Amino acid sequence: MIGLQHYLVVSAILFVMGVLGIFINRKNIIIILMAIELILLSVNLNLVAFSAYLGDLVGQVFSMFVLTVAAGEAAIGLAILVIYFRSRGTIAVDDANRMKG
Amino acid sequence: MIQVFAFYLFAALMLMAGALTIFARNPVHSVLWLIVAFFNAAGLMVLVGAEFIAMLLVIVYVGAVAVLFLFVVMMLNIDFAELRAGFVSYLPFGMLIALGLLAEILLGLGVWKAGPVQLSLRAAPTPADVPNIEAIGALLYTRYIFLFEMAGIVLLVAMIGAIVLTHRARGGVKSQNIDKQNRRRPGEAVVNVNQPIGQGVEL
Repeated sequence: MIGLQHYLVVSAILFVMGVLGIFINRKNIIIILMAIELILLSVNLNLVAFSAYLGDLVGQVFSMFVLTVAAGEAAIGLAILVIYFRSRGTIAVDDANRMKG
Repeated sequence: MIQVFAFYLFAALMLMAGALTIFARNPVHSVLWLIVAFFNAAGLMVLVGAEFIAMLLVIVYVGAVAVLFLFVVMMLNIDFAELRAGFVSYLPFGMLIALGLLAEILLGLGVWKAGPVQLSLRAAPTPADVPNIEAIGALLYTRYIFLFEMAGIVLLVAMIGAIVLTHRARGGVKSQNIDKQNRRRPGEAVVNVNQPIGQGVEL
């Protein structure tokens, strides 16, 4: 029978995969945004698994909130990416030094 | 038995799709693998009875976010080969960090025990023989109405922010000024001129 531990292990592997995606695609910000989506997906999976195994619906309500924030983050991130590309002609993030930060 | 099979099928497909998302050479393929990963995650959620979140995942992610990613990837004319230049040199360090993090999380999971769960302290116990969507709706529109409205405001701010960021006013384009049109009166529109012969018309 599938228990809570199985879900936690799968979501931990997915989370680590998202972190790895951020590390190895350091220049390509589109893939970095996708890796962040993977991380948020694994968090959602955790919330839903705990919600189901404890029989408490609040986890699913909170998971919906996480989903909303993830959608907003993707929209804003891609908008910033588009205007950055418009002014620089590239999306390589390692020479993003316009603000001298 | 079929549940165990479905779990391992969905989990394996999801992890494979996640790995291909970050390793794919072409970002368009990355987006398509991301869609596969989200579909399989939705399958995993259906398995534990969270149909609402699963459908939300399919509608919001596959229907909106993934299409947004595809649109941006295809709209921008980017030299992706140049962006992959440091891929191999980053790989060992990234693998090191990732394996360390995975080992830590799995170690934590291994020693974690749920302990005596106080089932009576649950905030919203899942009601018996009520469909998942109905139960979440009853909860979301009553006790968590402010959370729900806050989610709406977050989406509104994201929408306005994205429009403000990407909107650009083009110069040299003639557009209709409705305010100016409405303020126009007959007195300033028609002028009687006593035109002398042999001279030009002054406008």
